[in-house]
Amino acid sequence: MSHLNITVNGKAYALDVDDSRTLAYFLRLDLGLTGTKLGCEEAECGICTVLVDGVPVDSCTYPVLKAQGRAVTTIEGLAQGKQLHPLQRNFIAHGAVQCGFCTPGLIMTSAALLEENADPSVDDIKGALKDTFCRCTGYTSVIKAIQSAAREKRGLPAAIVDDPHVEEPMGVISRSVPPIDVIEKVIGSAKYTDDYTFANMLHARTLRSPYPHAKILAIRTEKAQAFTGVRAVLTYKDVPGDNKHGLVHRDWDVLCGDVVRYVGDAVAIVAADTEDIAAAALALIEVDYEPLGVVADPIYAHTPEAPVLHPNHPTGNLLKHIKVRHGDTEQGFATADVIVEHEYRTPTTEHAFLEPECAIGIPKGYEGHDKLTIYVGSQIPYQDRNQIALSMNMTETDVRVIGTLIGGGFGGKEDIAGQIHVAMLATVTDQPVKMLYSRQESLIFHPKRHATIIRIKTGATRDGRLTAVEATLYGDGGAYASLSDKVMTRATTHATGPYDVPNAKIDCYAMYTNNVPSGAFRGFGVTQSAFAVEQNMDMIAEKLGIDALEMRRINAQKVGVTTATGQLLRESVGLLDTIDDVRADMNVVANGHGFRWAWREGSKAFAWGVACAYKNTGLGGGAPDKSEAEVEAFEDGTLEVRTAAADMGQGIAHVVAQCAAEEMRLPYERVRVLLCDTDLTPNGGPTTASRQTFMTGNAARLASVALRDAITTSAAEMMDIDPEAIRYEEGLLRSEDRRIEVELGQVVAWMKQNGLSARAKHEYHAPKTQPLGSGGDMHFAFSYATQAALIEVDTETGEVHVLKVVSSTDIGRAINPLMLQGQIEGGIVMALGNCLTESFIMEEGQVWSRLLSRYKMPGIKQAPEIISRLVEHRSSDGPYGAKGVGEIPSINTTPAICNAIYNAVGVRVFTIPVDQDSLLLAMKRGETELHRAWHDIK
Amino acid sequence: MKLWDRYFTPGSIDEAMSLLQSYDGAARVIAGGTDLLVDLRAIMTAAPAVGHPPHAALIDITRIPDLMRMDDEGDFITIGAGVTHTQIVKSAVLRAIAACLVESCGVVGGPQVRNVATLGGNVAHALPAGDGTTSLVALAAQADIMQNGVRRWVDIREMFIGTGKSLINSTRDLLIGFRFAKPGAGEGTSFSRIMRPQGVALPILGCSVWLKLDDARERVTAARICIAPVAPVPMRAEAVEAALIGQPINAASIDDAIQAAHATIRPRTSKYRATADYRDEMIEVLLKRTLITAADRAKDPTQRREDAKAQ
Repeated sequence: MSHLNITVNGKAYALDVDDSRTLAYFLRLDLGLTGTKLGCEEAECGICTVLVDGVPVDSCTYPVLKAQGRAVTTIEGLAQGKQLHPLQRNFIAHGAVQCGFCTPGLIMTSAALLEENADPSVDDIKGALKDTFCRCTGYTSVIKAIQSAAREKRGLPAAIVDDPHVEEPMGVISRSVPPIDVIEKVIGSAKYTDDYTFANMLHARTLRSPYPHAKILAIRTEKAQAFTGVRAVLTYKDVPGDNKHGLVHRDWDVLCGDVVRYVGDAVAIVAADTEDIAAAALALIEVDYEPLGVVADPIYAHTPEAPVLHPNHPTGNLLKHIKVRHGDTEQGFATADVIVEHEYRTPTTEHAFLEPECAIGIPKGYEGHDKLTIYVGSQIPYQDRNQIALSMNMTETDVRVIGTLIGGGFGGKEDIAGQIHVAMLATVTDQPVKMLYSRQESLIFHPKRHATIIRIKTGATRDGRLTAVEATLYGDGGAYASLSDKVMTRATTHATGPYDVPNAKIDCYAMYTNNVPSGAFRGFGVTQSAFAVEQNMDMIAEKLGIDALEMRRINAQKVGVTTATGQLLRESVGLLDTIDDVRADMNVVANGHGFRWAWREGSKAFAWGVACAYKNTGLGGGAPDKSEAEVEAFEDGTLEVRTAAADMGQGIAHVVAQCAAEEMRLPYERVRVLLCDTDLTPNGGPTTASRQTFMTGNAARLASVALRDAITTSAAEMMDIDPEAIRYEEGLLRSEDRRIEVELGQVVAWMKQNGLSARAKHEYHAPKTQPLGSGGDMHFAFSYATQAALIEVDTETGEVHVLKVVSSTDIGRAINPLMLQGQIEGGIVMALGNCLTESFIMEEGQVWSRLLSRYKMPGIKQAPEIISRLVEHRSSDGPYGAKGVGEIPSINTTPAICNAIYNAVGVRVFTIPVDQDSLLLAMKRGETELHRAWHDIK
Repeated sequence: MKLWDRYFTPGSIDEAMSLLQSYDGAARVIAGGTDLLVDLRAIMTAAPAVGHPPHAALIDITRIPDLMRMDDEGDFITIGAGVTHTQIVKSAVLRAIAACLVESCGVVGGPQVRNVATLGGNVAHALPAGDGTTSLVALAAQADIMQNGVRRWVDIREMFIGTGKSLINSTRDLLIGFRFAKPGAGEGTSFSRIMRPQGVALPILGCSVWLKLDDARERVTAARICIAPVAPVPMRAEAVEAALIGQPINAASIDDAIQAAHATIRPRTSKYRATADYRDEMIEVLLKRTLITAADRAKDPTQRREDAKAQ
């Protein structure tokens, strides 16, 4: 311990601190200032930024004793009482807050910039925020917010919010109201799982396998158990119920006892008084392994000589063979005038949500907890509860899952992480137990986006009409099934692209390997197949001499088309409009010069590239898809919407609040939202498949309609008028002739006095869908998008920069236009990372990308200017016509950029992320194909 | 996760040395810590099952006044080992006369890292392509070190004995600072590097150049060039320097310089970073970019100030 004198947010402290504290831990643990978040502890992501004597530093790698005698400012110290700092106000106003986990870091870094530079240019902002990452927003709104805050600080009016144009805005629907919890997120009081602490809480760690594939011969825990401060060491023998979990196939060991199948596999768990003791105890657990042969790629996995990972699986390493059969491809190719066939490769990629996984288990009987309770930021709280109960050998209602705020998910927080482990440890120790993964552990452990190998053959007639598509896909599913079955099905069914393809034959092999499992990741397989489909489209167009957008126009799905899975599209197919929007905006951007696909300026080659996409909304494929929501009105005239639908920053909370406010004709500010508590909120289903706006939006809307009907009936009695004559206006109920009016709260009070409940619940069932192969409607809605990317290739170095992305997206209806635009901008930048920077590298099952510094997501410097438009072809079953938006923006950016690269320098990219090294060498050598990526340089 | 036990902030060189002595190899010098703490974490997370004990102590040298100074001593510029990258980038003096050092320090990390990371740390880390190091070599800097009870000046290149291996042992010795001859009239410098956007923080190739032109500001009379990494330790590209002597900087002499580089420098392929062929190409690009800029700056001192300001 050493004595520390420090001023934090204007308050002087003199206290003894542990020498080994970093500034971040001192703030979070010793002072309880949890607004400072930890994303990596590698000085890489910048979200832990605080100011030391006004200078921004990464508090994660800043020993607190360095701050001896200095003044520290954190996010909690920025507002003056209730008066928000201009940055805080403008981050809210411009929609620059989604999950909120990086928000404190972005704001603190920006605050230092504005003290130094009163009028920062976009380049100044990009320089200052170079290493402060955000995975949600795509940075566009962040830049606008900072410039607007700078204006306010200079005494000028704030910048006008760039609210996208929408059709027929309603009372609250299609209005850009601020998201729920946004103030807490900008002032640092928003609580994510690691921000919760409980008295007597223990800290847990997981012992993971050092081998990608090995037999476990023996596990000895005695030494660890005897270590001072260790409260429990558990292995597979201690799992009270089923030792397997899994969302689709229950094949994933809670704790491995016989075999380990990847390097993230959990073998033992420890709970101890401190995290350091738990970490030290891991080293005392002895495990004897017998290494087995490693299956490192999906094609080898399919060979007879490959070791079999799951001997009980009937088809060995083949998790699933997925087939699409439509028409007659032989005949389709026979009628084609031109055929292209190519093989594409995409790498494993990582969600890099900025909040690593954390779970806290609270034992039954602990203060305020009458049952075993798990706090976790999960995308699927009810399925967590189900899986915890099965492994704990308990009934589901004996377990409560409380969802905290989630610092980003993108599909990576659907599978079980530490939930079952903390349930076990809390039960055994009878104390609260927190299991926080470090970034490095998170990288190794959680399911990723599938690496794929896609061979695709496309045929078309001279007039540009597609005649047939044949494709073979291999997906690396990793060690456990996770959602591979569903993800690779989506890759397969979408492998025709959003086009009218009369004949298709597509085979996909989802394979088990000894790599880190693959699962859900924004785009859900379609990101991979679009990379192949959309480049084949450009190649055909070039061979036929047809403009790339015209080629897509000719083949675009429209109402009346039947998809390759046999679904007749009856409504809400806005693809043609998105193509036309993008064509128009590309022309505007080219102002003055006349539109050109490609041109040169000195050593720089510029070009546009385009691509289209479609993505289903909802689970589909015959899976029963339902969501429940409950709304309750209170005597103070407020409303609460309750549903277990996870908000990981995408904004389902404000969507359900807007639906409820709209139906109740209430001001939005009067609606509260309670999400994700399995004891208090009904099941909203998984936050996946771009389904929540459609599903839980509908549930909240229809529950509100039911509540309004009940309230109307009571009000009619109370006011003694005809229910038909009652009008709702801003929280008042008025008679049609405006002679009588009561406040909503008065009606609620009257209902209570009369023993009536001002509460309604609705269980919304999606329109029925059909399984793949049976024809009919496999999905109940699709969203569509077209994007164009303007890129620059440095012909001296091979470096690729994306300057602009023009996008148009058919989402049915924008419930909240500004926040929806944030989904699009964030999705585009995430996809830009997929194309240019991201590859999660494994070598014979061992993870090379075990540090965030080895996995670069796009920073603000790479963020292009984004011009996005919305197309609203209403979906008749969607709430107010809305469809899903979560994934569609992340699908076509990659092929748009790759098509642009070809247009700029004549080299076709068959593998990503685009490697400047091989691109330059290809240009120098006159080669036209690029088959080597960054991870292939050895 | 605990990475160290005790943390000391000595106020003098003597105090720091006696702390190091008393820990007899179990303590370690820390400056900004942005590389050190990340490395310690990487080691400890590489194989958690093995378990790594934390360092017994870290000795923070950033409160020692001798290590924090940046002085114009007439003939020499002196920079303490604890001076941060941000201080260097913001120094008006350095911008005007040692633009290469400003440029190389300006591209390291983001602002949060540059605000604490030090030039001394960059050199002590002993990577063959540390951006600051590359420019110190071109500036023919000397390092001020305290080793085995003796304080002495060594050529910057002597500080490197292998990849990641420094002459000084940071559990026993102290790097105090650097000095280099103050560039004067007719002298110009420039730094440029090639990065990739994927997960490697190290440059594919960096190049720093110092040129001295004759009184007519036409022909090169002296040159120092460092291209890195092309060997386990940073080196001067002596053949390239020789090719430029007596030449004006123009297309022909740059071409000669490139030929000399290709004849004598053999970069290798490094995993997940760059192929040898690509690095060969980048030698050309970087030599072109830096030689032209350095010559322009040598010709026109106002220009070089403007350039430095634009960083």
